[in-house]
Amino acid sequence: MRERTGSIEEPTENGDATARRPMVEARSVSKVFGSGDSELRALDAVSVTIREGEFFTLLGPSGCGKTTLLRMIAGFEHPSDGAILLDGADISGLPPYRRPVNTVFQSYALFPHLTVAGNIAFGLEMLGRPAAEVADTVERMLRMVRMEAMRDRLTSQISGGQQQRVALARALAPQPKVLLLDEPLSALDLKLRKEMQIELKRLQTETGITFVFVTHDQEEALTMSDRIAVMRDGQILQIGSPHEIYERPADHFVASFIGETNFLAATVETRTGERGRIRLPGGLVAETDLFESMAPGDAVAAVIRPEHLRVQPAGSGSGLAATVATIVYLGTDTQYHLRLESGEMLVARVQNGPSGSPGLADGAAVEASFAPTAVRVLRD
Amino acid sequence: MRRAEIRRNWLLATPALILLLAAASGPLLIAVVYSVLEPGDYSGVVWKLSGEGWFRVLFNRDIFDDTVSLADAHLTIFWRSASLSLMTTFFTLLLGFPTAYFIATRPLRQRMLWLFLVTIPFWTNLLIRTFAIMEVIRNEGIANSTLMALGLIDAPIQMLYTDASVLAGMVYVYLPLMVLPLYASLDRLDFRLVEAAYDLYASRIAVLRRVIIPLVKPGIVAGSILVFIPSLGAYVTPRVLGGGKNMMISNLIELQFGEGRNWPLGAALSITLLAFVMVALIFYVRNMAGEQRNG
Repeated sequence: MRERTGSIEEPTENGDATARRPMVEARSVSKVFGSGDSELRALDAVSVTIREGEFFTLLGPSGCGKTTLLRMIAGFEHPSDGAILLDGADISGLPPYRRPVNTVFQSYALFPHLTVAGNIAFGLEMLGRPAAEVADTVERMLRMVRMEAMRDRLTSQISGGQQQRVALARALAPQPKVLLLDEPLSALDLKLRKEMQIELKRLQTETGITFVFVTHDQEEALTMSDRIAVMRDGQILQIGSPHEIYERPADHFVASFIGETNFLAATVETRTGERGRIRLPGGLVAETDLFESMAPGDAVAAVIRPEHLRVQPAGSGSGLAATVATIVYLGTDTQYHLRLESGEMLVARVQNGPSGSPGLADGAAVEASFAPTAVRVLRD
Repeated sequence: MRRAEIRRNWLLATPALILLLAAASGPLLIAVVYSVLEPGDYSGVVWKLSGEGWFRVLFNRDIFDDTVSLADAHLTIFWRSASLSLMTTFFTLLLGFPTAYFIATRPLRQRMLWLFLVTIPFWTNLLIRTFAIMEVIRNEGIANSTLMALGLIDAPIQMLYTDASVLAGMVYVYLPLMVLPLYASLDRLDFRLVEAAYDLYASRIAVLRRVIIPLVKPGIVAGSILVFIPSLGAYVTPRVLGGGKNMMISNLIELQFGEGRNWPLGAALSITLLAFVMVALIFYVRNMAGEQRNG
């Protein structure tokens, strides 16, 4: 499983990212908490390279080790094995206050005894910057996060969204080489979260600072990231651009974790070079990229995204025959839960046109069709 | 709150209020009245108005020629009371802070055990504990005999009946009163703030000075008051460990009501002590009000 990590790392669409120098490197980092029976391996020989100026996201369910990795870059945890490099230098042994890295905490962790300006100034004061420079930078930061009017408020006297912006300004003020963000948006309501996503992206572009963002929210990851590392059980399963991760998930877990997916049992029919034909239930055939190990006759898992399925009344010809089990109206689109003849369930997501959703009722016999290119196979 | 509810709550509080009023203001009133009367020949008071009691708090009148001089002995005792109390507060804070920090950073289940251990001295009577200290530090006591047996000293060191022994005794007695409020404050401290400070380049000392101490200040102030006020009125500790010559205010007051046979002076001294305490409390209340304003 491990050797795969390297091989999936494909060049990103934005080509110059590969040319940039590495800013953070984790070299087969492991972290073990506890010992004996209660031993917990939070990270298992994880290697990853985050490049300068990148918006890099560690994505995974809780307990996957993403926060542990982040805390190691910050210096709150130390690797049991392996090394963390920052801008080429090994920082594994440095305490947090000796690392040019700042964190935006999930809880914000703003100092309640200091004002908004006092919070932003804290890091600069600790670095011993001259008062004039501190005052200057604080002003600039307040302007950047649009909090000038709140300068003298205590942090308990401002809203959650404002606290979030102060936490950002406080972490950005010392101009760290890397900004770490530990699920900073999870405490905000949906609307504010959307706004902050755009705000974060703007700040990252403006400052050019490398952002390492931790989240369990795949949508958040897809929206903001240059590259995403999908993690599970202390390992990185796949690293790639949002597009790659979504369109070419490396395995079953990545496919199911990122967006909704339908899994279908399929068989490889023929193979020519990298590509091949696979047979799906109901006799349908699709052409797709195959992994090296796959040969004709192999049973493979095929995935198809719900938005790539079309739902038509039965009798139109090419498609998987199914009956409608449930219809969920979602506003912009409608979700059809379909039952195939084999008993397998399939979800289709159809965009609602100006005339509303197509008039299909529960129990209707339908056909689900898709473009032959919409199907991908997974490594099993 | 509805009016009936308010009335009922007052009613519930009435017995305690009456008790407090009777127990606190009654004796206080007596003390105030006695302080402006003349002393009786053998004790008690003569019902004749006089300012002599108050006068004698700070001044001496020569028995032969009525010349007035400052009551040096009293001033020394006031000074000793104030300085010993301040030092007690300082040392309990110095010892109590790391203790409370240690307890507050233990796993939850261990904390209860440590707190329990801190309160164990309360199980034994203060007088007995103080005599125990005396047993340790007196000239023929455990400390001196051990040091002599080890050959570190030739003659016993005079530890008992010094200001230092009084201070040590008071620090010992009042330490839990410092640890408990400090623990309560440190327990509420969000250690993620400490982490945030480390992240923002604060060294260990800077974290303590700039984050932890400002945040646990209410606990520091509460603990200081809880230690300082009873220290000021300490009676048993200076009596047992200070002997006759290292008196504090309470011992002086007792002397006036006992051998001194000067109740008006004793009463005036009591009220003086009360005034000291009031000053400390006003400082506390103002400080707390300030904290509240700042959120």
